[in-house]
Amino acid sequence: MKRTPLLIIGAGVLLAFVPTLGLPAFYDSLLYLMLHWIVLATSWNMLSGYTGYFSFGHGAFFGAGLYTTSTLLAKDDWPFLWTLPVAALVAALLGVALGAVVFRVKSVRGELFALLTLAITFVIGTIVVNTPLDGGNGVSLAAVPLPAIGPTPSSSFYLLALAAATLTMLIAWAIFVSKFGAGLFAIHDDEDAAEVMGVPTYRYKLIALGVSCALAGVAGGIHAMFLSYVTVGEVFTITVPLTVVLMSVLGGTRHWAGPAVGAVAITGLLYSFTAADHAIAGKAMIGAVLIAAILFMPDGILLRLKRAFGKRAASPEGGAVHAASHGPTPAAAAMASPVMQPSHATHGELLLCVRGLQKSFRGVRALTGVDVDVRRGEILGLLGPNGSGKSTFINVVTGHYLPTGGQIVFEGRELAGLPAHRIAAAGIARTYQIPRPFAHLSVLDNVALATMFGGAIHDVAAARRQAMTWLEFTGLHTKSGARPDDLNLHQRKFLELARALASRPRLVLLDEVLCGLTPSEIDDAVALIRRIRDQGSTIVFVEHVMRAVMALTDRVVVFNHGVLLAEGNATDVMQRPEVMTAYLGSPHKEAAHA
Amino acid sequence: MAFTLPSASLLSQSILSGVFVGALYGLMGLGLSLSWGLLRLINLAHFAFAFLAAYLCYQMATMGVDPLLTLVAIVPLFFAIGASLHWVMARFSVTPFNSLLLTFGLMGIVEAVIQTIWTADFRKLESTYAQQKFKLGGLFVPIPEFITLLLAVGISLAVWAVLRYTDLGKAMRAAAEDAAIASAFGVNQQRNALLLAGTCAALASIAGVCLALSFTLAPSQMYAWIGVVFAAVMLGGLGRALGPLIAGTLIGVSEAITMAVTAPSWAPIVSFTLLIVILVLRPGKAA
Repeated sequence: MKRTPLLIIGAGVLLAFVPTLGLPAFYDSLLYLMLHWIVLATSWNMLSGYTGYFSFGHGAFFGAGLYTTSTLLAKDDWPFLWTLPVAALVAALLGVALGAVVFRVKSVRGELFALLTLAITFVIGTIVVNTPLDGGNGVSLAAVPLPAIGPTPSSSFYLLALAAATLTMLIAWAIFVSKFGAGLFAIHDDEDAAEVMGVPTYRYKLIALGVSCALAGVAGGIHAMFLSYVTVGEVFTITVPLTVVLMSVLGGTRHWAGPAVGAVAITGLLYSFTAADHAIAGKAMIGAVLIAAILFMPDGILLRLKRAFGKRAASPEGGAVHAASHGPTPAAAAMASPVMQPSHATHGELLLCVRGLQKSFRGVRALTGVDVDVRRGEILGLLGPNGSGKSTFINVVTGHYLPTGGQIVFEGRELAGLPAHRIAAAGIARTYQIPRPFAHLSVLDNVALATMFGGAIHDVAAARRQAMTWLEFTGLHTKSGARPDDLNLHQRKFLELARALASRPRLVLLDEVLCGLTPSEIDDAVALIRRIRDQGSTIVFVEHVMRAVMALTDRVVVFNHGVLLAEGNATDVMQRPEVMTAYLGSPHKEAAHA
Repeated sequence: MAFTLPSASLLSQSILSGVFVGALYGLMGLGLSLSWGLLRLINLAHFAFAFLAAYLCYQMATMGVDPLLTLVAIVPLFFAIGASLHWVMARFSVTPFNSLLLTFGLMGIVEAVIQTIWTADFRKLESTYAQQKFKLGGLFVPIPEFITLLLAVGISLAVWAVLRYTDLGKAMRAAAEDAAIASAFGVNQQRNALLLAGTCAALASIAGVCLALSFTLAPSQMYAWIGVVFAAVMLGGLGRALGPLIAGTLIGVSEAITMAVTAPSWAPIVSFTLLIVILVLRPGKAA
């Protein structure tokens, strides 16, 4: 793993000797353009490729850096190199300010985010062209002196871009292999599930956008000087974002080096056509390459090549396959679990205390003031007919919905109103009734993610090792390298369990884990849930399968129409008339509101 | 920003021209909106189709054909092009985002083709309609723009009626909601999708003919329309027949007022600020 950054730096140092070869100046320019696009495409990919928030606003951030540098140079006579950090800062601030608004709006995802960022490009462009920043005539930098970094002006640009590209590639790699990167990839697949598993989605997106914008700003600052005459029409357009999207998609957005591969390919292709005076043919050629790439290599050149050579190193998927081949035997699985958790010495103490919890969706009152206590070490069954508020209860307690009123106190801490990732970090995990695995991550990485974000492990390799023990615990270790799509429902439900356990919660909320399973699968699951309790977790168990409820629960509470209807031992509670009424209907009218 | 208050007659004349250009935004956006909302394909090539149709119309008009008569040939041609494009995309099950990139590639190819045949120079259709206008209560109404408005309103209403009242329209809307369930209820989704994709391209070509009637053409101009037409599509709501026309008119009028009150270079800020505000404050509608 640690070889990669050395390789990047080594390549950077090696390429720094190119100007001494005495090649014609036009090679410097071609190489400059390649590096320029590597910076732009790779920086774009840090937010957009990793999280799936495709930004069409990269031109705006690039332009912000470009105009920062040109304004400082032309109006304030700054030395050129000092303008570059300012360009990065201005672009990053613009990005973060934008993200702080946009990322709060949950529905602005996918295509809507792309359009929004495109619109912002045109708004900023319009402002720049109409203010003294540009004034409509462009800014000329012909009189600004260029520091002699290389032997010739063109080689100076080349070396500057090389430094920027090396830095960008290092950052892209560092994000890719880190916990931060794992969180970004989880956001890509299922943002809500990622948040519930402890990924601080809002902050992560904002940081990724900030870094991405800062690097685009640097590229813009250098490019201002390279162009020496800047106009709004060339910068704040759809061309910059489309080019970087094209490069990244061509190279592969799910790999740190993908955009760079695409950037080199496209720049080289474009240049060979313009150099030979076939600009029109070049345009058509690019179009044809793009179409072919989308149709035949939708995952990008890099992943395609990797698959062709059967080598899957350095990617999250790759690590999973590796771990799987060395996975321990099921015998080891039985031993793995009990050592993981602190023993539950304080059995019976109050763990979660919910008071007067309310949740309304506009007019619909899903929970109208329920009180529920969960004691440490117990399995509490949460019952009730469909629509009684059981799932809403789980969604509110785990922070997916904000409560309308009431208190949620967990181990003495008030949780109501906290974002979901903070609640996850406090020690509460959940499963989804319909499993929501991260589709592009391997089974192992799905669990490793929970290990990292719930269990506060920072090292990806350590997280994978620990995740493997949870796969053994749930019997999924033979599937660790598979994609969630390849699992059957039973296995996907167990993956949900493994993921919930991997964050080492004190409280697990299980939302109908048995729904849709066959009788023998239910027996397996019941045995597994017993083992989960035995190794120290407290369980809230939402279920309709009464056989399992009777077998597992220490105590049950029954919801009906968003209120607490009954509480006590399962056998007793199910025989109470008001509970039977709620489930089966009332024998006579007066009982309906009992 | 220098604000100058224009006279009442100048202002109403610019509002009228805003309505006309807005109608063209709406007509351009209609096919885009249907394709995005009902087929889940974001077709950037829509703009390329419109321009190709505009150039074909220009070519036939220079050979003496009435520009409106060219629709007879152009509409079926583009229907076939749109349906074939969709066949390819469906064959490779292209995702919405990849459809955006793929059609961008196609746009580049079409631009290159146009540039090879008609060069990058500006072209203006000289027709019998070009110079004609009539006066309506003190305002001048140019005929080409008036034709565009009539076509945009008529076609949008027709599409709206088909989607709302016919079995075909209901089937298409159902398939957009859930293709698998719609198929289970006997909707021939593949045929309908081809039909719809063809219709979208045909709508692009009609917009192209209107474009040729009142605008000067250059191949690179096709990119200038993307932003504002997308704004109209998003504002109007995806897959809605009347949305793009209403939103397009709104944008056109607000642009025209901005231009009259300040300077033409400020015009883009209106549509895009509107788009941003709508996306952030009322996202439910666009999604």
